Amino acid sequence: MSHLLEVKNLDVKFDTDEGRITAVENISLSVDQGEVLGIVGESGSGKSVTAKSIMKLNPGNTSYNEDAEIILDNENVLQFTSKQDLKKIRGGKVSMIFQEPMASFAPAIKIGAQMVEQLLIHKNINKDEAKSISINMLKRVGIADAEKRFNQYAFELSGGMRQRAMIAMALSTMPKLLLADEPTTALDVTIQAQVINLIKDIIKEYQMGVIFITHDLGVIAQVADHVAVMYLGSVVEKGPVNEILKNPKHPYTKGLLQALPDINNLDAPLSPIPGNIPSPLDRPSGCVFRTRCPHHNPEGKDGKIVMKLIEVKPGHWVDQCGIQCGQNG
Amino acid sequence: MGDNLISVNNVSVNFDYQENFISKKQKIHAVNNINIKIKKGSFFGLVGESGSGKTTLGRAILGANKISSGNVIFHDDERDYDLTNMNKQDLKEYRKKAQLIFQDPYAALSPRMTVRDIIAEPLEVMRITNSRQETDERVRDIAAKCRLNIEHLRRFPHAFSGGQRQRISIARALVSNPKFIVADESVAALDVSIQADILNLLKQLQTELNLTYLFISHDLSVVAHVCDVVAVMYLGHIVEMGPSRELFKNPKHSYTKALLSSIPSIDPEKRSEAIELKGEIPSALNPPPGCVFRTRCPNPGIDCKGGEITMGLTEVEPGHWVDQCCVL
Repeated sequence: MSHLLEVKNLDVKFDTDEGRITAVENISLSVDQGEVLGIVGESGSGKSVTAKSIMKLNPGNTSYNEDAEIILDNENVLQFTSKQDLKKIRGGKVSMIFQEPMASFAPAIKIGAQMVEQLLIHKNINKDEAKSISINMLKRVGIADAEKRFNQYAFELSGGMRQRAMIAMALSTMPKLLLADEPTTALDVTIQAQVINLIKDIIKEYQMGVIFITHDLGVIAQVADHVAVMYLGSVVEKGPVNEILKNPKHPYTKGLLQALPDINNLDAPLSPIPGNIPSPLDRPSGCVFRTRCPHHNPEGKDGKIVMKLIEVKPGHWVDQCGIQCGQNG
Repeated sequence: MGDNLISVNNVSVNFDYQENFISKKQKIHAVNNINIKIKKGSFFGLVGESGSGKTTLGRAILGANKISSGNVIFHDDERDYDLTNMNKQDLKEYRKKAQLIFQDPYAALSPRMTVRDIIAEPLEVMRITNSRQETDERVRDIAAKCRLNIEHLRRFPHAFSGGQRQRISIARALVSNPKFIVADESVAALDVSIQADILNLLKQLQTELNLTYLFISHDLSVVAHVCDVVAVMYLGHIVEMGPSRELFKNPKHSYTKALLSSIPSIDPEKRSEAIELKGEIPSALNPPPGCVFRTRCPNPGIDCKGGEITMGLTEVEPGHWVDQCCVL
């Protein structure tokens, strides 16, 4: 069975003045139609860079490795170079929802004009059709007075409504894959609940694949089918959401869960993960988590164990160094 | 009054608002008729969505916002300070005793000053120390308490991660030996693992230095974990207030219930149906008359729908106060 999206052995490196930074190393992921893949990790773990690679949106100083493949709908995105090809994915087959809805709308152009513009680029339709599609989409995401909002600017909408409009815009071209990069982080909890429910409904309705990036494990538990946990550019553990959150094997996943305040268990102490995330300029060799791992084994500590995911249960993959450490703790 | 540090009595804060120079002057009712008492040594939590007036109330208590009516009293050991009626000398004294920790550790620290200068600045501005040596001693002392190394003091803020920067902000707030700290969303910008570290540090410093906190946050699980008393704000009003365990176990107000149900559960099998609140928080320019929550309330009574019930807290259990509209 072929997946909607398959990322194989992806490395992403940035050339900077201070040297070459490895932002993402050897990542393999897949997303099926109608499935939500959650990517969790702290800031700087390479979540957004991975997502942006799928649309080739990373800046000019980026280099990808030769043998990496990003197969979307049976085509390797990484080999796309012409504007024509890239247009097919950017906003066509793939749409993206960003964290900060204020920053992702042009402030001086009406919301409606922005929605119509991208529809005209990707679909073979005229302006009136584009307008009616946009207004219907705005209604679909629960915006009251869609006709009025269509003619307003982003600053006239509240935060939650802006995020809804962003979702409407991303969906109006009927993408096969939706990349949601922290779409609820800037929202209040009550609005976050509304937006999460909306995204879940829409995924069901349109049967698209979704990559949902967040640092909030609670949100992941609510929306994702599969989860990949990233740390410093590597996936350290991945598998079905239930398995990862209830039966985590890697010490980093365990650490994240223990650091999270749980409202149902107020007596549990909050235990932070010791130390700081290392700079990507001096990324540890071997297991990337070894500098902060509380249960390190001697070989892992010296960086002698290379990173490699091993299947511990059907569908549940854990980094091999982490399996040993996880057993210690 | 013996065990209270702060008494907030009927405090309202209004801002003037004029859309453009010909339109009518309006008033924004940011904070309305708030009464709270913050006990010495307590960790007082203030939760609510954006626009609910949490920050305005916090700033009013620090004397950083003008209080439109009501008063705030700070009960010091020897004397009381009335914030609405204070001369310059008193205000200077009060500033030493009440300090603020900001939300964004990236914006709160000057990039051109070394960490030592950042932490020492309050001492110099308030003329607390008399010699450079004394200043250095105080700085080193508080830095150690906030788990910063001596070598860190010579560096500039850009060399530090978010968690370390937040520790620098905390050190700066504590260097003047304050008694009262307002922590405004102080962990909101941090990753979970670092958030846990900072919360533990705040708790530890509280016992070490006898601090009282007003902890402002939108994250209910964080507040439930660290605070002993919690007040829930909505559109400038406190709608429910009580000991945190009692309030989170046994919420009475429909807004508190909705907020609690909206927290995404970490258990994938409990894809709970959150009590969905329709619409968004109304504008503080013209808040609905009567109960401010009634426009979004999932189960309004006939009386409150019409806005006939005025806002006011009633005590349902000792220390647990709920807005009367939801109790009737």
